[in-house]
Amino acid sequence: MTSLPENTGKKLGLVIDLDICVGCHACATSCKEWNTGGYSAPLSDHDPYGADPSGAWLNRIHSYEVGEGPGSKTVHFPRSCLHCEEPDCVTVCPTGASYKRAEDGIVLVNPDTCIGCKLCSWACPYGAREYDFDDGVMKKCTLCVDRIYNETIPEEDRVPACVRACPTGARAFGDLGDPSSAVSQSVAARGGFNLLEEFGYKPVNKYLPPRTGASDLDPAIVTQPERIPKPDGSAVERLFAWADQALSR
Amino acid sequence: MSKQPAIDLNDPVGDRVAKTTCYMCACRCGINVHLRDGKVRYIEGNRDHPVNQGVLCGKGSAGIMQHYSPARLRVPMKRVGPRGSGEFEEISWEEALTTATDWLGEVRTNDPKRLAFFTGRDQSQSLTGLWAMQYGTPNFSAHGGFCSVNMAAGGLYTFGGAFWEFGDPDWELTKYFLLFGVAEDHASNPIKIGIGHLKGRGAKIVSVNPVRTGYNAVADEWVGIRPGTDGLFVGALIHELFQNQKIDLDYLVRYTNAPWLVIQHPGAADDGLFARGEDRDPIVFDKATGDFASAMSVETTPALTGARTLADGRTARPVFELMAERFLSDEYAPEAVASQTGVDAEQIRRIAAELAEVAFEQEIVLDQPWTDWAGRRHDKMIGRPVSMHAMRGVSAHSNGFQTCRMIHILQILLGSIDCPGGFRYKPPYPKQAPPWLLPQGALEDIRPREPLGGPHLGFPLGPQHLLLDGDKPSRIDKGFTWDAPMSAHGLMHMVINNAAKKDPYEIEVLFMYMANMAWNSSMNVPGTIDNLTAKDDDGQYVIPKIIYSDAYYSEMVPYADLILPDTTYLERWDCISLLDRPISTAELAADSIRHPVVKPDRDVRGFQEVLIDLGARLAMPAFTNEDGSPRYPGGYPDYMVNHERKPGIGPLAGWRGADGSKTGQGAPNPKQLERYLENGAFFAHELKPEQAYFKHANRDYLNWAVEMGFRVEPRPTIFQLYCEPVQAFRLAAEGHGTRQPPESHRERIRKHFDPLPFWYAPLEETMLDEGAYPLHAITQRPMHMYHSWGSQNAWLRQITAANRLYIHRSLGAKIGVVDDDWVWLQSHQGQVKCQVRLMDGVNPDTVWTWNAIGKRRGAWGLSDDSPEANQGFLLNHLISELLPEGGGGYRYSNSDPITGQAAWFDLRVAIKKADGAHETEPLFEPTGTGGLAPSPDKIAYGAEFKRSGR
Amino acid sequence: MHPAYSVILFTTASGAGYGLMFWLSVAYALGLTPNSPFVLFVAMALALLLITIGLISSTLHLGRPERAMGAFSQWRSSWLSREGVAAIATYMPSGLLALLWLIGVESSLTIPLAILSAVGAVITVYCTGMIYASLRTIRQWYLGLVPANYLALAAATGALLLGFLLAAFGYAPAWTATVSLLGLAVAAALKVHYWQTIDADLGQYTVEMATGLGHLGRVKPLDPPHTRPNFVMREMGYEVARKHTEKLRRLVVAFLFAAPGLSMLLLLTVGGWGATLFFLLAIVCASVGILTERWLFFAEARHVSMLFYGSARA
Repeated sequence: MTSLPENTGKKLGLVIDLDICVGCHACATSCKEWNTGGYSAPLSDHDPYGADPSGAWLNRIHSYEVGEGPGSKTVHFPRSCLHCEEPDCVTVCPTGASYKRAEDGIVLVNPDTCIGCKLCSWACPYGAREYDFDDGVMKKCTLCVDRIYNETIPEEDRVPACVRACPTGARAFGDLGDPSSAVSQSVAARGGFNLLEEFGYKPVNKYLPPRTGASDLDPAIVTQPERIPKPDGSAVERLFAWADQALSR
Repeated sequence: MSKQPAIDLNDPVGDRVAKTTCYMCACRCGINVHLRDGKVRYIEGNRDHPVNQGVLCGKGSAGIMQHYSPARLRVPMKRVGPRGSGEFEEISWEEALTTATDWLGEVRTNDPKRLAFFTGRDQSQSLTGLWAMQYGTPNFSAHGGFCSVNMAAGGLYTFGGAFWEFGDPDWELTKYFLLFGVAEDHASNPIKIGIGHLKGRGAKIVSVNPVRTGYNAVADEWVGIRPGTDGLFVGALIHELFQNQKIDLDYLVRYTNAPWLVIQHPGAADDGLFARGEDRDPIVFDKATGDFASAMSVETTPALTGARTLADGRTARPVFELMAERFLSDEYAPEAVASQTGVDAEQIRRIAAELAEVAFEQEIVLDQPWTDWAGRRHDKMIGRPVSMHAMRGVSAHSNGFQTCRMIHILQILLGSIDCPGGFRYKPPYPKQAPPWLLPQGALEDIRPREPLGGPHLGFPLGPQHLLLDGDKPSRIDKGFTWDAPMSAHGLMHMVINNAAKKDPYEIEVLFMYMANMAWNSSMNVPGTIDNLTAKDDDGQYVIPKIIYSDAYYSEMVPYADLILPDTTYLERWDCISLLDRPISTAELAADSIRHPVVKPDRDVRGFQEVLIDLGARLAMPAFTNEDGSPRYPGGYPDYMVNHERKPGIGPLAGWRGADGSKTGQGAPNPKQLERYLENGAFFAHELKPEQAYFKHANRDYLNWAVEMGFRVEPRPTIFQLYCEPVQAFRLAAEGHGTRQPPESHRERIRKHFDPLPFWYAPLEETMLDEGAYPLHAITQRPMHMYHSWGSQNAWLRQITAANRLYIHRSLGAKIGVVDDDWVWLQSHQGQVKCQVRLMDGVNPDTVWTWNAIGKRRGAWGLSDDSPEANQGFLLNHLISELLPEGGGGYRYSNSDPITGQAAWFDLRVAIKKADGAHETEPLFEPTGTGGLAPSPDKIAYGAEFKRSGR
Repeated sequence: MHPAYSVILFTTASGAGYGLMFWLSVAYALGLTPNSPFVLFVAMALALLLITIGLISSTLHLGRPERAMGAFSQWRSSWLSREGVAAIATYMPSGLLALLWLIGVESSLTIPLAILSAVGAVITVYCTGMIYASLRTIRQWYLGLVPANYLALAAATGALLLGFLLAAFGYAPAWTATVSLLGLAVAAALKVHYWQTIDADLGQYTVEMATGLGHLGRVKPLDPPHTRPNFVMREMGYEVARKHTEKLRRLVVAFLFAAPGLSMLLLLTVGGWGATLFFLLAIVCASVGILTERWLFFAEARHVSMLFYGSARA
């Protein structure tokens, strides 16, 4: 099982738009909420009301500042399992509990056979796997495998909880193996990229870059309107002369 | 390869879904609560709900941990140790209610004003306000006075609306969005959804905020302004628009008081008031006839310019001229404001040019005919796709009222109020400007055991509406006095201070709900704690009795004498009513309810239930039948259905009438709540397309608003560029009229009560040595904690369990600190020790931190060594509720002189590197735990939902 | 990387055990061991004891030790699984050999069993090294030097143990000291080379690559996702100060290599008397040294995921 499937039927994954993410943590808490009672139940928390609160989360939101000086930006950066095509987190697993599903490419941990050796978390360059100290097994993003095919919930809700919750629409879910899918199209249009491309795990999830001041309006509006020529008189006089046109109520 | 394990892909989420309304903040989103075996399995947004349209924020999705918090109060309690000790004895509800009834009844019989009843983040103000009216005390308000009254009052006096509950940007059509002073806001999900839409369409977002976090992080352009100078920035934008003649004159003539004539009569009692005709309507000069005409007449061509001589010889000039002169003055030239605002003149010019370009060159035309208030048919709706939103960063300054007015005037000059792509009102707004609602509670109206004549809070039009008996304030918070004449939301932040000083009078009972006044909801926390525990010479507390209702063991609980434990939001009935704070959108008039989706496992009661019960026990007319029996024996839901404010108008607007066929007005419907539950706990009435825009002047809308009871008559709302009530107060300060400010206040009133908005420096800094306190200190709301009433949430506190003081890298280099070093932050009030984090995205003269993360040891079920208590800190400790002593020895409230809005963003500080112990200071003694069981050291929530064969 | 004591104990104890097993088996096969089945048994039993202590320790390190049997299934791809399989497989010849020696049965099987044991020991230790060396996420581990280090250190510590045992039973063949000395020298050379290698490599991955935001400029962390460390930060984010590292490296050189090496040199110079004492001294020093070496092996390792949490390079 630990071997990777040669080809997955689909490449299900997320596209995260860093241009839109406002860093509200909705995707993180909705993920925690869904998954603490779902496939990976529970996602335990330690010292929850004490000095050192921590717990298993499958999605975490960083904030970075990028660039220097006036051109710099604040970027909110959600990070979760990228469901890589060729990840070592699967192949290092001694039990086969960590596996990549042949039908859709979702990387899962079987919580009934995981022995909690943590080696898969060591193999993940993205820090996406979190050990549950209470449950003794590794937890990770399941892409809400228990939602996306779930016929007991309305069809429109069959998306990962993080996508369902995201208030700004910064997260999209779909088949990145299908070039015609909406997610693939937005990756193509916006220059979507891989995290740590150089590492070679071939992440399925993609990130869309922050736009840098190139809004659709800009060409039109950055040009200065011509200032009113100053033949004579003060600005007040000129304004009053202009405003003295007949305007009916 | 072995086989993939079989997974149950079709595990049902729960066994039941209950739709109700979130209460993790004030946003009031619709939620679907999935329950399994009676426990909450999952909470998601309700896709049909007008507020959140299915999405849910970081707080809402953490509701499970709020609901099951170990800090929940379990049973009524009476204090047995000294105040602050947290020593309580559990009592029965009967004893609690009897005690409360005795205390309250005695005061009501003797002197009702000796009850101060203030509610914090209350979403039931139509009920709590009614209760206070029925009780007969003048002392009631919610927390608006330290929240955003400047924003509300500035908007309502100007154009009968404001931001948030009053109106939103046209998220679907706007092309240019200017956001002031908001990292996160009340309207959590609507703003996020809206920003997502703007981004998707490539609209430009410009954020004006000293700090680049939250929404400011995704803005296309960030203006890192110096705090308290937004008025200068906006003034400079207006200057540029006037300079370049980029204003919508048609719009001004049609919808504003720009052509109204203002009497120019320096020194006289009518100076600066509107010239009025015989019918008391303001007048304009009609260029068509060459004569004066009523400003309300449509058959005119009003002049925007030109001084006119009135029939009686007085001179009058149009508002437009006065306003243009104000903003064309050099004071507001971009170059003049650049150094104070920290915004480059070229950037100001460019933004002004962009606003004008988008408003006028990229106008939107909708093929939607509509009819204006005068009955004239228009083929199209013309839109100026520029919109704005502002909140706390503008309103929590002592110049906030005038700055808010300026922002609205900027929108009005661009013609973008309630047009396609601009700002859009949400029903029941717009109201008249100023709203037709006067404050009630003058001393002569307060009589034992008698209700007050009307609601406490309103909008004075001049000194005659102040709640003063001679010089004696009627209200304990000194609302509607010369300290804060237009304090439309009261001054909750002054109540405890004034009560402890017995100024203006002693009170007997302080009754509060959901307001953490002993901690993060007060300025000068140590002083507030002293006030709550102050004793008279006879050893009795100066505030003799404190009743408090809260769901959690907050820092305020230990200071109360009688605790009425509230429920969590999933255990309660609630009514989010069009009578107070509705959930409407621009296209929907909407209200909603909460209902118990899980049964309390503790002996707690919803505060509103308790209030209705107390109302009956105190024999208040509105809560008792003629035979003395309770009028609402079914409690809050009974009240929600059967209470009528006026015949046919009740708390809920949907499914009225005996058969549920009426909307807005209609007899009570016994099955009303069932209809709400069937509809997902809300009601929404969709406006017709022809009512969708220009609501201030749209006949179809105005007529409908009258039908719904939102407006008294279908007259249009005329935008008040020039605010006459403000001038009325100024005239009093100039020595006119029978009610004038005392000498100590005269100059303050004269200066700040300018009927045309202007910028003045925030008050605190003008009274301090700026060299000693060179920096501004402000807070920002973290999106995942905003309004989430505390840190007991085991998930949210993992995200932020301690706050840092964020400072600019250059400041860090200057004082020699790096990330996580400790510093002292000092104000004229005190000092706080905290840890820094360096960043680029902050105004270099500004330091900031996340709001309300610091907690007191003992509270919220957190351990004494929690980061919240030992590294987390509040800026509140540094903020004085009073300004430094000025001339004459009087210490004014640290508030806006017009509205009394607490000016907690005016704070000035100095910073220096700290040595010594690595924990925050001041570090308060633990509060005791109120008898709560120790919190668990582990949570494995959801393990019980694990099913075999997954 | 967090230096977990269970893993340190496991790798050092089982390493020494396999080293002992290796030298014992090789020496036996070459006829260099004393003709006392009991002594041979004690030596093999000690090896197996150390190995077993290590394996139990590593099993207890698991979150679900009761499921440990599952770890033998994925030998096709997982070095951890291979190690488990190799360890169990090695138990068979070595256990049988120990049994034969215990009951004192002469058998033609002993030589093949010894060879199998020696091969098994090498393979198992190699697999242990490869668990780490296969992780691309940790540049300090993703090196051919890592299994070489593990092998050399297992050999050196095993040789010391064998030398001590033989000496304690009154046999003190000079070759044990020579082999120990050689093992220590090779291990020392490899370790120093290893340190030079990891010091020379500043890491090819940057936070800009990790976030994909490099085109916008330098990436600086503003707020972490959580105030207090989470599992990933505790497990992967362990860091030890450079100054501290250097001190500990010197300690490793002194205790793991210099002191035992010197003991062996002295032993070879002075001759037979006091061999037990020299070996004992060497073992005590080497124990301190190897525990420190293994602690450092983890503590010096930098995980790529820490780029998200503030590391500039990894």
